[in-house]
Amino acid sequence: MEKKTLFTVSIYTENNVGLLNRISAIFLKRHINIESFTTSECEIENVFRFIILVEMTHSGINKVVKQIEKQVDVIKAFYHTDEETIFQETALYKVKSNSLFEEREIQKFIKKSNARIITVNPEFFVIEKTGFRNETDKLYNDLAPYGLLQFTRSGRIAVTKSKMGISEILNTFKNQKKK
Amino acid sequence: MKNNKNISGAEAVIKSLIKENVDLVFGYPGGAIMPVYDEFFKFQDKVHHVLTRHEQGAVHAAQGYARSSGRVGVAITTSGPGATNLVTGIADAQIDSTPIVCITGQVSAHLLGSDAFQETDIIGISMPVTKWSYQITKASEVPVAIAKAFYIAKSGRPGPVLIDITKNAQFEMFDFNYKKCIGIRSYSPIPKIDKNKILDAAKLINAAKKPLIVWGQGVIIANAEKEFKSFVEKSGIPAAWTILGASALPTSHELNVGMVGMHGNYGPNILTNQCDLLIAIGMRFDDRVTGDTNSYAKQAKIIHLEIDPVEIDKNIKVDVPVLGDCKESLAMLSKNIKTKSYKNWLKIFDDLMKKEFNKVIKNDLSPKKKGLTMGESIIAINKLTKGKAIIVSDVGQHQMVACRYANFIESRSNITSGGLGTMGFALPAAIGAKMGAPKREVVAVIGDGGYQMTIQELGTIFQHKLPVKIVILNNDFLGMVRQWQEMFFDKRYASTEMVNPDFVSIAKAYFLDSEKVENRSDLEPAVKRMVESKKPYVLEICVEKEDNVFPMIPSGASVSDIRLE
Repeated sequence: MEKKTLFTVSIYTENNVGLLNRISAIFLKRHINIESFTTSECEIENVFRFIILVEMTHSGINKVVKQIEKQVDVIKAFYHTDEETIFQETALYKVKSNSLFEEREIQKFIKKSNARIITVNPEFFVIEKTGFRNETDKLYNDLAPYGLLQFTRSGRIAVTKSKMGISEILNTFKNQKKK
Repeated sequence: MKNNKNISGAEAVIKSLIKENVDLVFGYPGGAIMPVYDEFFKFQDKVHHVLTRHEQGAVHAAQGYARSSGRVGVAITTSGPGATNLVTGIADAQIDSTPIVCITGQVSAHLLGSDAFQETDIIGISMPVTKWSYQITKASEVPVAIAKAFYIAKSGRPGPVLIDITKNAQFEMFDFNYKKCIGIRSYSPIPKIDKNKILDAAKLINAAKKPLIVWGQGVIIANAEKEFKSFVEKSGIPAAWTILGASALPTSHELNVGMVGMHGNYGPNILTNQCDLLIAIGMRFDDRVTGDTNSYAKQAKIIHLEIDPVEIDKNIKVDVPVLGDCKESLAMLSKNIKTKSYKNWLKIFDDLMKKEFNKVIKNDLSPKKKGLTMGESIIAINKLTKGKAIIVSDVGQHQMVACRYANFIESRSNITSGGLGTMGFALPAAIGAKMGAPKREVVAVIGDGGYQMTIQELGTIFQHKLPVKIVILNNDFLGMVRQWQEMFFDKRYASTEMVNPDFVSIAKAYFLDSEKVENRSDLEPAVKRMVESKKPYVLEICVEKEDNVFPMIPSGASVSDIRLE
């Protein structure tokens, strides 16, 4: 059996309602579980970038990314391994305020993990930590014994080491149209 | 144009269709699409609307029209059930790459998400089976969306597009201005041909000792029949077809070695696993073609001419992919290959065909038993239509027999539901096929099972006076499933026996000419009466109940394990 690897899929798309459905359906149809999913407008106005994390075989991801790129409103899709990207995720931890003052350990964890407190009020405070998944996991494990009111984590965000060339694709189209 | 100022979204729909040269649509009205139907009434001299008896009939008719004419078929229905009834046809068009545009009405934009009467999320439902879809909520979006719809449906690898129009957008007034879509920045339908790949492919072809061509519908979609024929003739390579590729090269062409796949011919299946080079053109290595992929053409180098990048290496790993429009790539390839012939190699095909003839074909076409066979019925149709008819087949045993024994002379003569295997496809598709090619004879060949799935379309045929010829090959069974039960489930015939009505009476109730044939001596005269009739005609042919279709590659077996009995 071909080995499975974690791949970061980057998809540049037009701003079209329903595209999210189209893309997720491609994974659903093949019974592939998505590890994380993020989308936002990218460096080009009105162009959106999806970042999807999946664990798959190399031949599998190649087929899936071709299917994604086939969608009319997808400008370009790529897949990369961890070595080819620079990536981070963010986590928020909501803790009871009294434990901040009563449990001195908590302050130590915050300092050691380079996390920061983003809000404090009489009932609770919120810690934000940006880093790799194992780092947010570690802070979670450290804080859990003191009681977490809430915990949430973002999907992976990533930029690639290599060029994507989306503007070039769009410019080529513009120039062809002029001709 | 002055009269394009301040018009309704509904009128804009019709005007957009006219701008796309649409003069025929298939559909069924209902609440959420009524403003558009009101415009059909006003524009009936420009756009002919065919009222089917079920929305599924409308979409299959649009498919049949697209397949026989090469133009975009249009189906239009209301929201809710009207829209959901299209889904089977949309899925069929998606898997068989048929260019259709479906237009559905939708509840007013302010009601979206409120579970209003006949509201359904047709965009969401149809998304996995459309090439593209769009919901229009403002009249001003009508021309842009329809222009894009036609461009996307037809370009590159064709497919179905769905446009959902909320009722408020149909009523809203705006100034209409139509611009045809000539490109979309996120969509490149035709990959540029890499000349190096052409040279690589030509090198393999020139060096091959036992090459085999397998072509699919891509040749027909690309209108590349001429380029394909030149390529085949110059290369001298035996060529076999997939079910949807049938008729792109005449059946009787000396290099046409028959059909590949589960019920294809013996020779091309066996020799797929003996050739040294396989040239796949406009086909997608469907599992019904390849059998077990782990033992498919392992000894051969494979060249794949294909327009859709997702098909490269999807099911079968290839050595030389040639992406692009095969009309161009075939012409380029022809220039770079030597004129050759493969006498000894072709003789092996001939020998295997003789074997198949003796074991299978002889008994199918000149049976010794009393009961009629599907094979001899198809031969009678061939003979009396002189091979010029468009054969529209449904799904099952009769479909395989029709494809195996039909004699095709012209391209676009074989219309059938290949990828999805949609029973009930043929009757409505034949309506569309006839309207897409009115000068050609259209014969629908349908089993007794599939016929009853869309039998109501006899009403459409009667109302619109469409001279479609319908042949029911009746074995009182869901024959293909029964064959599998016989072969793989110890003859446990679970729910495959059909107690059928009198099909002649049903046809007559629709005021259609009809007759029934039970004896061999009546077969040809009856087919002759049907073919000579200028009117629609329903011919029921009662065939042997438990005949099987052979050859057969058992499901999951290798192509070379094809069985003759």
